[in-house]
Amino acid sequence: MDASTFLSAPPRVGVYVCHCGLNIARVVDCGAVVRSVQAMDDVAVARELPYACSEPGQQVIKQDIEDMGLNRIVVASCSPRLHETTFRQMMRDAGLNPFLLEMANLREQCSWVHMHDPEAATRKAADLARMAVSRVRRLSPLHPQRLPLTKKTLVIGGGVAGIQAALDLADSGYEVVLVEKRPSIGGMMAQLDKTFPTMDCSI
Amino acid sequence: MADAGRHPRITLLTLSEVTDIKGYVGNFHVKILKKARYVDEKACTACGECARVCPVVRPDEFNQGLSSRKAIYSPFPQAVPSAYVLNANECLGHNPAVCAKCIAVCEKGCINFHMSDEEIEVTVGTIIVAVGMESYDPTELDEYGYTRFPNVLTSLEFERLINAGGPTKGEIVRLSDRRAPRSVGFVQCVGSRSARKGRSYCSNVCCMNTVKSTLVLKEHDPDLDIKVFYIDIRAFGKGFEDLYTRSRRLGVRYIRGLPGTVEELPDGSLRVAVENAATGRLEFHDLDMLVLAVGIQPAESTRKLQEMLGLQLTSDGFFLEAHPKLQPVDAATRGIFFAGCAEGPKDIKDSVTQASAAAARAMRLMQWGEILTEPITAEVVAEHCIACGRCAQVCPYNAVTVDKKKKTPATITTAACAGCGTCAAECPTGAIIMNHFKDIQIREQIDTMLAENPAEKILTFACNWCSYAGADSAGVSRLQYPPNARLIRTMCSGRVAESFVWHAFQKGAPVVLVSGCHIGDCHYINANHWTEKRIAKMRKKMEKLGIRPERLQLEWVSAAEGVRFAKVMAQMEQLRQSVTAEEIAETVRILCEHKDTRPQTDDGDA
Repeated sequence: MDASTFLSAPPRVGVYVCHCGLNIARVVDCGAVVRSVQAMDDVAVARELPYACSEPGQQVIKQDIEDMGLNRIVVASCSPRLHETTFRQMMRDAGLNPFLLEMANLREQCSWVHMHDPEAATRKAADLARMAVSRVRRLSPLHPQRLPLTKKTLVIGGGVAGIQAALDLADSGYEVVLVEKRPSIGGMMAQLDKTFPTMDCSI
Repeated sequence: MADAGRHPRITLLTLSEVTDIKGYVGNFHVKILKKARYVDEKACTACGECARVCPVVRPDEFNQGLSSRKAIYSPFPQAVPSAYVLNANECLGHNPAVCAKCIAVCEKGCINFHMSDEEIEVTVGTIIVAVGMESYDPTELDEYGYTRFPNVLTSLEFERLINAGGPTKGEIVRLSDRRAPRSVGFVQCVGSRSARKGRSYCSNVCCMNTVKSTLVLKEHDPDLDIKVFYIDIRAFGKGFEDLYTRSRRLGVRYIRGLPGTVEELPDGSLRVAVENAATGRLEFHDLDMLVLAVGIQPAESTRKLQEMLGLQLTSDGFFLEAHPKLQPVDAATRGIFFAGCAEGPKDIKDSVTQASAAAARAMRLMQWGEILTEPITAEVVAEHCIACGRCAQVCPYNAVTVDKKKKTPATITTAACAGCGTCAAECPTGAIIMNHFKDIQIREQIDTMLAENPAEKILTFACNWCSYAGADSAGVSRLQYPPNARLIRTMCSGRVAESFVWHAFQKGAPVVLVSGCHIGDCHYINANHWTEKRIAKMRKKMEKLGIRPERLQLEWVSAAEGVRFAKVMAQMEQLRQSVTAEEIAETVRILCEHKDTRPQTDDGDA
């Protein structure tokens, strides 16, 4: 879809409420969350999924995008800090701009932290899902820019870790600048005699 | 070590420290200060003539002060680079009348007293932080008598003593009388797993280091009496249990219980009082030598680097990874990775494993030779810009150009914009659009949240990197808090415009919380300073308008502070309960009357 047709096309939102096995579903009534978004403007479909991030889960969403012409997706599952990249990739695969995705955090912010109050957790989950729908309807496609990159790595610290990282990079053809504040590399390791578990010399 | 020193693609800078890092993934601009070595690194053959004639004697740091070195010295025999180094603070000076003996004997003329510090600038695509750790100084644990009794050593001092390359060439002697000990004791968890002094975490390596030391001692002298005082022996790694079993089979006694006191006997031996947890009895053990298995703590340079790179630390003081399981070597900032003890205490094998992982993650980013930028950046709508210059003033990245005199509208260098949104929040005319976090996008979230029963909800703005991550951390730890909190995520707290808060109060929000990274930890250098100023300004305005300023709260919650997040939420709930329906109605009335607090029209959403 090019930019002009996109802008003229009305939003068609798909909402997917993930059970995360029982991580979410044990506390949050996922069916109630689905029902709370179904009547919202522009929501074309809302479903529950056992695991949204799994291959079959993603397949359901992709199929809906194709079959129903969805152009914006809400995934109500875990923290976007965990799976936003997963679902953005799914959007790309399905031919949608990855920035037309919004996640509602039902696991870290509802089921895991309000375990003893399922009703309140469900109310909160519904609010978060509805907020995500309101937001996703207003999102615009975004396009990253390609920039040149310097194929060189700065390694700060010349102990065993710094040395190993520097060697792996350099052996693979990358330039490395290894910075050590002491007069020699080697770090703490150089001071050790035999080391466990092999009981051999550390240098 | 030697491989790293001679690798054609590795530029090795010793005596060097990173002083400044600017830029972003793909192109970080780094300033490095290389301190003068006063010896030509390439020409020096490490013949050692200079050190032989140097009259200055100093304790040798490499041997933990158990031997001496000169003011011009080689750090240790296998040092890389192998060149000698001169400590200018210890050297008597280059005036021939004073000394300069080393210059006279150096045939190759490598020594140069006029060498000066060098500032080196490099551009790199990725950064690996491997600053390592420091060992715990047990002097504060006075009951063990370290520094009071010469035969109480740290495990690191013991390590040098037993090392064939060490001050005694590997022969174990007591420091008080140079006699070979007949009995040696080890005290575990010194400065680790302690709520009282030292650190609360397990330092990971000390158990196995002690097991190793007992085996090495038994190799030296099979009849040596060895006792280990411990709380738990953690031999969890591959091959570790074997070593532990071997140590016990060789007759090393493992006694469950940490010594309460250590006293010195007239012959320099040590009497250790310990409550044996297996028997429940108080026991006394006389030992010729006592080794304190000291724990690991973050390196001194950790804090400085954390501030320079805008990274986060855990409550232990080590670097915080982007995700503890799925991204264990990535920093939250793209293009920065961790290796070794910088991220937490670990042994050599784990350090090497993590280093290879970090290298692979860095290569994965660099292999295509180009980088895709995050398109979450700000844009100016030129026709609405009045060229006041506020955006340029608040931008932490100098990404905004505006000519106030000529009144040319602001422009944003997209490549330099990191997307904090502070400019959009501060723009007085709404001329800046913060992509993906536009005014309308956020306002819609507020409207939906407050559409039903607004008085019951705690509206919280949380920045992506710290506070939102702190909420995640509360979730992962299953910390329970009041269920009426509703989070709106922005990349930075700097994005939270005044208009969002007024809008929320106008829609009947009882309380609003703005949360972000602690001052100094901001992912966008110092954007949260503007948040702080803005909130202070708003609270003054609230006071003037007759709205209780406490209803707007600002809290800093780091990514590691799940406990703090839950606590803040409980406090917010208390605050919310103090807000009456009448108070909310009054606020809505006040805000509807006041023009300057009404939400601005959003310009970029046509």
